[in-house]
Amino acid sequence: MQNLIKTTFMIAAMAAGLAMATLPARALVEIDINKGVVEPLPVAITEFISADGKGAEIAGVIEADLRRSGLFAPIEKEAFIEKISNPDAAPRFQDWTVINAQALVTGKVSETGDGRLRAEYRLWDTYAGQQLVGEQFFSSKEKWRRIAHIIADSIYQRLTGETGYFDTRIVYVDESGPRNNRVKKLAIMDQDGANQRFLTDGRAIVLTPRFSPTRQEITYMSYEGGQPQVYLLQLETGQRELVGNFPGMTFAPRFSPNGQRIVMSLLRDDGNSNIFAMDLRSRNTTRLTTSNAIDTSPSYSPDGSQVVFTSDRGGRAQIYVMGAEGGNPQRISFGDGTYSTPVWSPRGDLIAFTKQTGGEFQIGVMRTDGSGERILSSGFLQEGPTWAPNGRVLMFFRQPAGSAGPQLFSIDLTGRHEQKIPTANFGSDPAWSPLLE
Amino acid sequence: MRSIAAIARNPACIALIAALAVAGCANKQVPNNAADLGLGAGGAGAPGSQQEFTVSIGDRIFFDTDSSVIRADAQGILSRQAQWLGKYSSYSITVEGHADERGTREYNLALGARRAASARDFLVARGVAANRIRTISYGKERPVATCDDLSCWTQNRRAVTVLNGGSS
Repeated sequence: MQNLIKTTFMIAAMAAGLAMATLPARALVEIDINKGVVEPLPVAITEFISADGKGAEIAGVIEADLRRSGLFAPIEKEAFIEKISNPDAAPRFQDWTVINAQALVTGKVSETGDGRLRAEYRLWDTYAGQQLVGEQFFSSKEKWRRIAHIIADSIYQRLTGETGYFDTRIVYVDESGPRNNRVKKLAIMDQDGANQRFLTDGRAIVLTPRFSPTRQEITYMSYEGGQPQVYLLQLETGQRELVGNFPGMTFAPRFSPNGQRIVMSLLRDDGNSNIFAMDLRSRNTTRLTTSNAIDTSPSYSPDGSQVVFTSDRGGRAQIYVMGAEGGNPQRISFGDGTYSTPVWSPRGDLIAFTKQTGGEFQIGVMRTDGSGERILSSGFLQEGPTWAPNGRVLMFFRQPAGSAGPQLFSIDLTGRHEQKIPTANFGSDPAWSPLLE
Repeated sequence: MRSIAAIARNPACIALIAALAVAGCANKQVPNNAADLGLGAGGAGAPGSQQEFTVSIGDRIFFDTDSSVIRADAQGILSRQAQWLGKYSSYSITVEGHADERGTREYNLALGARRAASARDFLVARGVAANRIRTISYGKERPVATCDDLSCWTQNRRAVTVLNGGSS
């Protein structure tokens, strides 16, 4: 029987004022990752007051973020009784409790003297009749969606006790063209699918992009030089460089938690693959595995002390854990079928994987010793989980039988809230960024 | 202007299709690279030509699921490749390793690499100089057959010997 991992979070009751509240008082949202929240929390998100339509747009993005998380049930605006005209004044709480809004969001958007956007918002506990959060944010006008995501993160954090994940981006592989000659481009977008743009032109096959946990930097594999190799790309400058100077194919790269190392597979001349780590400053490489097998898909634990990876050293692909300097790998996957693409949760508690069994591909999680395996999603072909920075949501890609191409999906740890992530073309290999700075 | 009818009347194309059928390839199979097959060159495979290598010798071998073992049927093809390469020694080759879609991306890159290395090692053992052979893995990124069942997957688990330079 699976252990129940249960976390209960308390919300604070603080006096009004534009101040961040941190003291626990009573639970509004209870997260049980095995069973899911029985009832998402009903919340009322009012249109932010603004001279133009920007206030409504910002409220819409906040509402969509919270709804997609599966933890919140935004109430339809038609049900609202009180029309908020002064978002700085206390609302008539009974008008909101009568429609069962447990929390209320009000706000306003204005333009500063120097042409920037100012967004102020307040989060209210309607039953306690108190303000929970009052904050204001400034940004350039074109970054209004980021403001909305930051506010959604603030609400999520205040009501669940967990860090949010809405002010983040996804790098992925955009796929177009026929299946036997796909054009693959690196692409990047906000976590909700907005602001999509390409990072490569599609002339070379690109695969498996990964975000740096610490910088606006990604590592990925490209066929551009004839020999497929791992590259590093600075997102702000567009500067690219080859990672290392290895004789054979390098692939399956991933950053260390401090962003200073890349761990990846290097193909040996005998056709087997071993795992190496490379320090990005000194360029020194460390060999972590020496098996006569396929060792690939390495991923660091968040404290940097261990590496989980895929190996077929036992005959078929399974998941192993070893120290970050290599040596003494321990197999942790023992279920029916094969296991690959292990990814350590940023919280450190779980490892997400792709499992193949019974002709299906499954996305699942297990504890770091291999116990407590839970399958979140099954299908004809799906793989490549990536964690949201708060370790509560996974994104992966799926290609149903008979379909023309893969698409991106997210699923929370309960397995109940699956969402298709909109992309312009087909999409694969998603990788979640850390929370933006 | 080339029309489908014109291609169908081209004896070279008909010969090519027939040869592929004899080699056991299903009609869903698409040659990796039409230029390598000598489609534009005409003729049914002059001695020493790329077309002869592809059609008469056989440019590809197939593997079992999650395996890089050279099967008995593949050993004959690779032996013929080695003989032919011994005769036409001006060619260098690239052995491309491929996997079907029924594996995850990174693992399949490694599997394709192991298949390419297996084919290369067999050719070297049959006398082809190692420095004439380059290998590359495409994992599951370049399937030749694109349906979602075994009839396609068996064609995609392959190593393809591509002729690089030399007389043609």
